[in-house]
Amino acid sequence: MIGLTHYLVVAAILFALGVLGLIANRKNLIVMLMAIELILLAVNLNLVAFSAFLHDLVGQVFAMFVLTVAAGEAAIGLAILVIYFRGRGTIAVDDVNRMKG
Amino acid sequence: MTDSLMMVLPEEILSIGSIVLMLIAAWGGQASTRMISWVAVAVLAGATIALLGPASSGGVAFDGLFRADAFAAFSKVLIYGATAVAILLAPRFFKQTSGDDLRPEYPVLLLLSACGMGMMVSAGDLLVLYVGLELQSLAAYVLASFMRRDTRSAEAGLKYFVLGALASGILLYGISLVYGFSGSTVFPQIATAYGAGHSLGLVFGLVFVFAGLAFKISAVPFHMWTPDVYEGAPTPVTAFFASAPKVAAMGLAVRVAVEAMGPAVDQWRQIVIFASLASIIFGAVAAIGQTNVKRLLAYSSINNVGFVLVGLAAGTQAGVAAVLFYLTVYVVMTLGSFLVVLQMRDAEGQPVETIASLSGMSRTRPGLALAMAIFMFSLAGIPPLLGFNAKLAVFDAATAAGLYPLAVVGFVASVIGAYYYLRVVKVMYFDEPVDAGFPKSGDIVEGGLITAAAVFVSPIGWLLLAPLGLATMAAARSLF
Repeated sequence: MIGLTHYLVVAAILFALGVLGLIANRKNLIVMLMAIELILLAVNLNLVAFSAFLHDLVGQVFAMFVLTVAAGEAAIGLAILVIYFRGRGTIAVDDVNRMKG
Repeated sequence: MTDSLMMVLPEEILSIGSIVLMLIAAWGGQASTRMISWVAVAVLAGATIALLGPASSGGVAFDGLFRADAFAAFSKVLIYGATAVAILLAPRFFKQTSGDDLRPEYPVLLLLSACGMGMMVSAGDLLVLYVGLELQSLAAYVLASFMRRDTRSAEAGLKYFVLGALASGILLYGISLVYGFSGSTVFPQIATAYGAGHSLGLVFGLVFVFAGLAFKISAVPFHMWTPDVYEGAPTPVTAFFASAPKVAAMGLAVRVAVEAMGPAVDQWRQIVIFASLASIIFGAVAAIGQTNVKRLLAYSSINNVGFVLVGLAAGTQAGVAAVLFYLTVYVVMTLGSFLVVLQMRDAEGQPVETIASLSGMSRTRPGLALAMAIFMFSLAGIPPLLGFNAKLAVFDAATAAGLYPLAVVGFVASVIGAYYYLRVVKVMYFDEPVDAGFPKSGDIVEGGLITAAAVFVSPIGWLLLAPLGLATMAAARSLF
């Protein structure tokens, strides 16, 4: 029998992977966008699991809102990435260092 | 239903206004920029007037999703005012700076951001909190990278986006835990769950929510994006980032702390005290070596957020009133400082940002130097300027709540902070001028705003202390 705990553990692992992907990733900015999506999906899994467990619809409505906002967020992220690439000709994480201090 | 719609009237005005202006921008193109800017300021004024009605009556709209109380109304006045200033600053900056022109989307994005911030301070539910926060953030990411041909601006936008999205993710994870372990997303019911006992899940949720909010107000240890974004973003946008979103995120933090997690005050107080002291000390120490004015002001904003958090740590009605008072004074001081930074241009009219270029400004531009000196002394918290009263108010609230160690350490650390503010004054008044000084702009709007801000924080501003005190107390009372 798969219970609430299983879902929460999977979501926690996904969340940790997403955060690690943002912090430890030294290669590519696209990977960072994917890590952000992973974090949001972990949250959605949490919300839906709680919603089913509590017999309460709010969690599922919340998950819909998160999906919608995540789509907008990805669009804006890619747009910023494109203008960054146009100016610098690279999307390597280590090159994001015009400003320091 | 009609009652609810009347209570969200400011948000309706802002969202409909921004959509209409977006359409005008799509048809009118670049030529319509100036007209759209003025209409956007008028829309903000209209939203502020709408606050006089049911929007500040203390009502609850949409079955508890949205609060229209005095606290929200007070924060919204600050937010709308700061946004209007950010719109007014932009045209001349973009006209004189080589590179990108001002586009009509700029005021539209600011209006959308203001709408999101209004939802943040009015949130009565975690869902409204999230949607408002994202509306504010998504507009802000675009604004940070608004000068598309400037690589620094694009980099600022990129950093702000990645770290802001991480912050939203952390906040959301906390929200999902709070929802799961309390069974509701409405603030009063969450408070009931926290009152019934702290399960591990609820405490974890609280920590994640506060970590996400700390990101948004750029409190240490989640401050690392602030200096880079402030330096890289166009200066009018930086002025906006340093003012309105700080008020909104702080108002949101206060509302969540008091209304949703009030019974867990012992848990969140530890987090707030740590973030507060770390911000005050780090903001003061890291600013010492800076050579760029915008970076200096970024560390100054981290430092000031620490003082605001002192008021929140008190967790009392007086503490919340002190938070609002501090935010009011802080917004005026910061906008004033950035207005002075906007006047810093070389002979060709291009912006300069080094502190060294301020040298000898007391001789080349005495009025501007006096205004900057007033803002710096006020940010340092030196009497009789209003920045001192603001610091006094938060420390007063902290000692009244029995947090003596916090007040003492914060007070001592504010002395470190005074060093770098006074260094700017020293450069302006005692160093030899390097060149002919900044050319005069002759712009009435900016000159008037600098004068108004300087007069507000000067001892003349003491006349406003009584009405401001009454307003902040009334706003704080609506939360308890």
